[in-house]
Amino acid sequence: MRLSRTTRVALGTVTVVILAVVYLPLGVVFVNSFSTSRNLAWPPPGFTLEWWGRAFRSQGALEALATSVQVALASTAIALVLGTLISLALQRHSFFGREAVSLLVILPIALPGIVTGIALNNAFRTILDVRLGIMTIIVAHATFCIVTVFNNVLARLRRTGTNLEDASADLGAGVWTTFRLVTFPQLRSALFAGGLLAFALSFDEIIVTTFTTGSGVTTLPIWILDNLFRPNQAPIVSVIAVVLVAISIVPIYIAQRIGGAEQIQK
Amino acid sequence: MPLTTDASRAPSTERAGAVPERTTPARRLSVFLNTHARARLALLLTVPLTWLVLVYVVALAALLVTALWTVDSFTGEITQTWTLDNIITVLTGALYQTVTVRTIAVAVLVTLIDIVVALPIAFFMAKVASPRLQRILVIAVLMPLWASYLVKAYAWRSVLSEGGVADWATGGNSPGFGLPATVLTLSYLWLPYVILPIYAGLERVPNSLLEASSDLGASTVTTLRLVVLPLLWPAIIAASIFSFCLSLGDYITVNIVGGANQLLGNLVYTNVGAANNLPLAAAIALVPIVIIFVYLGVVRRTGALENL
Repeated sequence: MRLSRTTRVALGTVTVVILAVVYLPLGVVFVNSFSTSRNLAWPPPGFTLEWWGRAFRSQGALEALATSVQVALASTAIALVLGTLISLALQRHSFFGREAVSLLVILPIALPGIVTGIALNNAFRTILDVRLGIMTIIVAHATFCIVTVFNNVLARLRRTGTNLEDASADLGAGVWTTFRLVTFPQLRSALFAGGLLAFALSFDEIIVTTFTTGSGVTTLPIWILDNLFRPNQAPIVSVIAVVLVAISIVPIYIAQRIGGAEQIQK
Repeated sequence: MPLTTDASRAPSTERAGAVPERTTPARRLSVFLNTHARARLALLLTVPLTWLVLVYVVALAALLVTALWTVDSFTGEITQTWTLDNIITVLTGALYQTVTVRTIAVAVLVTLIDIVVALPIAFFMAKVASPRLQRILVIAVLMPLWASYLVKAYAWRSVLSEGGVADWATGGNSPGFGLPATVLTLSYLWLPYVILPIYAGLERVPNSLLEASSDLGASTVTTLRLVVLPLLWPAIIAASIFSFCLSLGDYITVNIVGGANQLLGNLVYTNVGAANNLPLAAAIALVPIVIIFVYLGVVRRTGALENL
């Protein structure tokens, strides 16, 4: 198939238009973070840096951000371990119930957040009788984050095959050495990509969090939901959103670089 | 699986001859695992399976059992008397039927819109753009995922609100809040999740196949229809799982931009919170659960679950 110049230009134009629509609301958020209007009127009546100053001094927002980072780091760490174990089991072994296990990994993300949320809330309170708080959020998040690590690692394992691992075993390396020196380096960028998605998923989760958080524990999305409709806070929320998007370039760029470097090596 | 043939291989300790052997416990375990594939499998699966079953399966089962109980209308406590009343209410109640149909319609529409929008951009990224541009485009598609879901929904609220950007741009003809706004916002929110699997699927379609097709005289449209689409199908289905399942349970977006409209998620939420009727909420939650199981069951045959 050779695409004509017209087709290429048309596809390029469509891509630009779609991306413009994708970034339009983000642009509105960006502009609103500098607007003197408290209820996001358009066009903005004036320019101010007040919200940016207030956002960086907002105790509630900064504490919520710290909580969110803690939760996301902890649940990503758990998801990395569990996801890698499951994908190794499923890709390197065949056993009865293999399909059921892979369905079980997908379910927590496929079923609506509210179902997962009320199920866990009910289980934590009535069956396990534990206090809701940061630990219960981490457990809940880790559960639905497993799938992102699982998918990335599984795809990688499928692509790399077992030749190198077999060679390592033939040369006398034990199970641990083979994993440390052969399997893990092959998985590294897949783990990074999966971990990044898991972190993003946890960081932005609101529904399951609503049902698994205890009093006094506020993640950033919960703080945002609490403040979104308050006239004096809405512009601060805009500032936080802009900062988050800006910061997100770093990990995404690193993931891309790792992926790109590996492609060049091949 | 290749590794399961390990049992026939000489254990690594035998060939260590020249090197003095240290038999630490880790080493002995390694030798054992090397010759016992089942033990290796057990070691890999025990922890994650225990986690998923204890945390998730038990919780889900407990919730579904709750659907068969009732709430004492005086005390507000759940009484464990077995009844199908809640499920019958959900199946026969006009409200639940209307909302179920509406929710499915919204989810299907969002999925279709996302796929139609994602196909050209994914195709451009995978097959037209230079490697450098490709990398930039992937970043451009991924970045909005990091702007909070709530902020994006709220941004659409401010775009569509009275006196907002849409009003300003159309001269007062903004669609306002309602189901169209909900569909639009949900499509917007899940778009990156749909673009990425389709892009990855297109990347896996070898260029040589496309060239062969055109060398054999096929037009672009024919190549797309007979070569690209069949190869891309599992990726498209995988992408649809995201948008469909995520839309099916959403209740926050519809609260923000949907006006007075309710989706299944709202009914569940109201019954957990304000109405304090967990059994009925669990019965309503069964509706999306059943729909998603049916959906996953249907798409499983296409191999889409391997493409998530």
